[in-house]
Amino acid sequence: MKNIIELKNITKNYGDFTALDHINLEIKEGEFVTLLGPSGCGKTTTLRIIGGFEDPSEGQVYFDGKQINETPANKRSVNTVFQKYALFTHLSVYDNIAFGPKLKKMESHLIEKKVKESLRIVNLEGFEKREISTLSGGQQQRIAIARALINEPKVLLLDEPLGALDLKLRQGMQRELSNMHQKLGITFIYVTHDQEEALSMSDTVVVMNRGKILQIGSPEDVYNEPKTPFVADFIGESNIIPGVMKKDLLVNFANHDFECVDKGFKPNEQIDVVVRPEDIHVTSPNTGMIQAKVTSVNFKGVHYEMTASCNNFEWLIQSTKFRDIDETIGISIIPDHIHIMKRESVNG
Amino acid sequence: MGKKSYGSPYFVWMSIFIIVPMFLVLYYAFTIQTDQGMVFSLDNIKRIAEPLYIKVFVRSLVLALESTAICLLIAYPAAMILADKKFSKSTTFLVMIVLPMWMNFLLRTYSWLSLLENNGLINKLVISLGFERMQLMYNEGAVVLGMVYNFLPFMILPIYSVLVKIDNNVIEAARDLGCTSFGVFKKITVPLSLPGVLSGITMVFMPAISTFIISRLLSGGKVSLIGNVIEQQFLVLGDWGFGSALSLVLMVFILISMAFINKGSSGYEGGIL
Ligand SMILES: Nc1ncnc2c1ncn2[C@@H]1O[C@H](COP(=O)(O)OP(=O)(O)OP(=O)(O)O)[C@@H](O)[C@H]1O
Ligand SMILES: [Mg+2]
Repeated sequence: MKNIIELKNITKNYGDFTALDHINLEIKEGEFVTLLGPSGCGKTTTLRIIGGFEDPSEGQVYFDGKQINETPANKRSVNTVFQKYALFTHLSVYDNIAFGPKLKKMESHLIEKKVKESLRIVNLEGFEKREISTLSGGQQQRIAIARALINEPKVLLLDEPLGALDLKLRQGMQRELSNMHQKLGITFIYVTHDQEEALSMSDTVVVMNRGKILQIGSPEDVYNEPKTPFVADFIGESNIIPGVMKKDLLVNFANHDFECVDKGFKPNEQIDVVVRPEDIHVTSPNTGMIQAKVTSVNFKGVHYEMTASCNNFEWLIQSTKFRDIDETIGISIIPDHIHIMKRESVNG
Repeated sequence: MGKKSYGSPYFVWMSIFIIVPMFLVLYYAFTIQTDQGMVFSLDNIKRIAEPLYIKVFVRSLVLALESTAICLLIAYPAAMILADKKFSKSTTFLVMIVLPMWMNFLLRTYSWLSLLENNGLINKLVISLGFERMQLMYNEGAVVLGMVYNFLPFMILPIYSVLVKIDNNVIEAARDLGCTSFGVFKKITVPLSLPGVLSGITMVFMPAISTFIISRLLSGGKVSLIGNVIEQQFLVLGDWGFGSALSLVLMVFILISMAFINKGSSGYEGGIL
C-alpha cells in the first residue's frame, strides 16, 4: 500500500507558541488513522494543515507522493467534518449536503439520490427540507458528516465527529462510519478524545501530547506496549509504578520481585512499570504476591472498580469480585501483564 | 408590579410624539378651511396628482434610489475590509468611518459647499491648473453626492456587523467542498450578509427620499425634492393641509418600499426594523 498522506517535519508556530513540533506521519491509502490526545495537543491543527486551512511554519505535506504545501483547500481531494459543524445556516439540509456535488455540476437526479443515501447513512431520512437552525446538536453533527461523505473524497478528515452524540447513537454511527470506510475505501483521519472509540475503530492510533507525536501503532500496540507513561495513562487507565530491573526477566516494584517478560535493561536500571487495572487478580490475602487494603469501591456495571493501598501506592483494580472497604486483599499479576517502560528524563 | 407598568412611560411617550402628530397629519390632509370651519375633503390629496408634484415625487425617488445604490456599492467592499480579521488596522478604519458622524450634519454639508462652489477649493485648483471652471454644484449630481456622503455610514455599519459575525469555519467548509474565493463570496458571504444589506438599504433610503436640507444646500434650491416641497408648504406658504397630504403620501411611499424590501428578506433570519 502506498502512502496517501505524508507529513514531514511539520512545525506550526503561533507567535511564540509551538502548536506542532516536528511532526512526522505517514498514512497509507485506505487506512483508518486516529489522532488521540488531550485537549489542545494539536489534533485540529494537524487536520487543518492536511486540509489546507493552515500553512505549516516548517515542513512539507505530501498527497499521493506530491508536495501540496501550495495547493489551496478547494483543490485538495480531501473533505473535512469540522469540529464545530460549520453548516450553512442559510441553506436547507438538502442544500447543505448537495453543496459539494452541485459544485461539481453533477446531474440533479443523481444528486437527489446521493443526498437520500447520505441521510440514510446518518440516520436522518426525511430531513431534506428542514432548516439547520431547527436541528439538535447531534443532528447537525450528522448533517456535517453527510455533507462531507457525499463527496467520496480520497481522504476524509473527521474532527471529533461524534462528540455531541449520546452513547447509543455514537455506537451506531461508529458502526456506520466503519462500514463506510470499508465499503468506499476512503482514507479516514479521525480525531477523538475518546480512547475507547480510537481503539475500537482504527487501524492505527497516533497518540499526541503538547504538539508532539508520542507513539504510532496499532490499537493493540499502544494499549499493550505503551512507550511512555503518558501514553499508558492516556490510553485506558493504568497503574504506573516506579521500579528497578533486577536482571533480565525480573523486576522489583512495590517492594516485591515480580517475574516479567522484558529483558535487555542494565542491571538495577530505574524503570516504570505499567499494569492495567483489569490485569490485576484479586486473591485471598495469603495467596497474593503482595497484600493491600481496599480504600474505595465503585460499581461500574460489568465490574467493580477498587482502589487498594499498599506501601503508600494506590492500586487501581478492576475486578468482578466484590471486596469491601478496609478488607485486606491479595494482588497477583502474571508476567505477561507487566509492561516495562524506559525511564525518560522528561516524560510526555 | 406587572409588566404593563414598565411599558407605560413608552406608551405615553409614543402617544405624545408619534400617535398624536399622526392624527394631526391625517386631520389636516383630509380637511379644508371653509366658511363653516374645517370640513372633510379630498382636495389636498387630489392636488398631488398634478404633473408638477408627480415630477417631484419621481425625482425624489430616483435620486434616493441612486444614492442608495451608490452607497451599497461603496459600503459593501468597505465593510468586507473592515470585517477581515487579517486587516489589523480595522479599528482605525472604523473610527475613520464613524468620525464624520460625530460632526454636525449641517456642518458637514456646508463643508462640501466650500469645496464645490464656483469659487470653491476644487474650482480654484482646477483654474490654477489652467482648466475651465466646472459647474459642480446646483445640480442633481451634487445632491446625490451629499446624500451618499452623509448616509454612507448607515450602510457600512449594518453590513459590517453581519459580516463580522460570519463564522470563519463556515467559509472554510465552503472552500473544503470545492468553492473558489468568488464562489465563497457568492454562495456564502452574500446570502449570509443579506439581512445587513437590507437594513442598510432601509437606513439610507428613508432619509434620502425625505431629505430637504441636502438638496437645498447643495443645489442652491435648484433641485426640488419632495422634502423641499413639504417644507415650503408648511413654512413659506402656510398650507398645512397640502403639506400634510404630501407628508402622508411620502409616508405611504416609504411604507410600500419597506414592504417591498422586507419581502425580499423573508426567509432570512431577522429581516429589518
Ligand atoms: N490561530 C491560533 N492562534 C493561536 N493559538 C492557536 C491557534 N489555533 C490553535 N492554537 C493553539 O494551538 C494548540 C493546539 O490547538 P488544536 O486546536 O490543534 O487542539 P486540539 O488538539 O484540537 O484540542 P481539542 O481536543 O480541544 O479540540 C492549542 O493550545 C491552541 O490554543
Ligand atoms: Mg480540536
